[in-house]
Amino acid sequence: MKPAGVVLELTGMGVRFGRTTILAGLDLAVHQGETLAIIGPNGSGKTVLFRTLIGALPHEGRIAWAEGARIGYVPQKLDLERDLPVSGLDLLRARAAVAGTAVGDVDRAIQQVGLGPGIVGQPIGELSGGQFQRLLLAFALMGRPTVLLCDELTAGVDEPGEEQLYALLRRLQAEEGLTLLLISHELSLVFSHATRVLCLARSRAPCVGAPVEVLTPERLQDLYGAPMRFHRHDDDRDR
Amino acid sequence: MTIGIVDLALPAATAAAAGLVGSFAVLRRLALASDALSHVALPGIGVALLLHANPLLGGVVALVLGAALIWLVQRRTRLPTEAVVGVIFSAGLAVGSLFTSGEELLEALLGSSRAAGPVETGLSLGAAAAIVAWILSARHRLLLALLSEDLARTAGIRVERLDLVFLLVFALTTALGLRYLGILLMGSLIIIPAATARLMSRRLDRMLLTAVLLSVGATLAGTLAASRFGLATGPVIIALAAALFGVGVLLRRRG
Repeated sequence: MKPAGVVLELTGMGVRFGRTTILAGLDLAVHQGETLAIIGPNGSGKTVLFRTLIGALPHEGRIAWAEGARIGYVPQKLDLERDLPVSGLDLLRARAAVAGTAVGDVDRAIQQVGLGPGIVGQPIGELSGGQFQRLLLAFALMGRPTVLLCDELTAGVDEPGEEQLYALLRRLQAEEGLTLLLISHELSLVFSHATRVLCLARSRAPCVGAPVEVLTPERLQDLYGAPMRFHRHDDDRDR
Repeated sequence: MTIGIVDLALPAATAAAAGLVGSFAVLRRLALASDALSHVALPGIGVALLLHANPLLGGVVALVLGAALIWLVQRRTRLPTEAVVGVIFSAGLAVGSLFTSGEELLEALLGSSRAAGPVETGLSLGAAAAIVAWILSARHRLLLALLSEDLARTAGIRVERLDLVFLLVFALTTALGLRYLGILLMGSLIIIPAATARLMSRRLDRMLLTAVLLSVGATLAGTLAASRFGLATGPVIIALAAALFGVGVLLRRRG
């Protein structure tokens, strides 16, 4: 049985594609309201972990969500054609229609992520990287999630845009009491925003710990196989 | 030959269904695969002719079985849909051409101008109405699944089941047009108006409406023109639809 306050518990979780092992022996408990960052080199299984958590991939071991947990998912990218005749509103209204929720939920989600009505009315192929990520965030929020999984939320977004998106996430977390699971290559943002870090690599066992324990030069070199540097906002950790 | 409203009702209803189904086939990048899928009807028509049964019924059975087979092979192998359709289409065409020959083959491929009986007309109208109703009710689920299967799953959509139903609906839509357009041209009526509508639309609802209007418009105008000038109906309909596509391309380049 899960201890109180645990929203997700993994026990001996693993994923294989044929004979290739992507993840193995993952034990983890995620607590309500925490921000868990997942880091690791390309091909270490970060996205596979998320896709397994949403039920898209078969797995070994046990995945246990808390009763009543609702998952919101922001994927890394969508393989879309630029001239697709689908607007942001089409996407959000489709989500509302499938869930059977009120049309007002669409307006609420748009407001939460700070997208103007003119922007959501545009075809999704014409949105900028930051606008599209906000749209996907609005899509995820429409399910009134208790846990939000964000896969490289700031990929393809410029530096000020990255800060704004993370500030938005932090505000949403405070307002909605969300538990956040974030995949990110931006180690400085991970250091600033995460309460714990899960590091994944094919060649070694996963590790979990506070950012100050995991994001050390030695551990990062061991994880990525090369020296890794990041800008460290020590004052952020005091918040 | 005089054409009455009753004679136009079935082609118009079939065209409306084709416009809606085609829109999602085009958005899912299944245009060529969808065209090829219609050829799977041929072995069914051939076997039905051998057994002296209704060839259209044979075509319907082959299409439904073909759609289910494509879904099963795709699920088992994870090959892209168009690759699986390509294999099954080629096999269907090869087997089908062994069973059919001469005039029968030409009629199966290009359709005939013979009118449907009352039972066939009634059943076909009912099927067309069911297809239109399903696409309209499932359009939100179809949209989310084509944008991202993962997003669709988090919205509670059972993506694999939706894929199967879509393929079966596609097969049924193709079957509706076998009599008057034939195997070769029905795939074209599903794809061409939808492709034109995609060129002209920035919103999904607008694309669906435009595809239906273009498909029904080309079908009615083509049927009347073919009757007036004594031409084969199917080729005239598809030539009109293709001309509208050309207009769409020109408008798009100017826009």
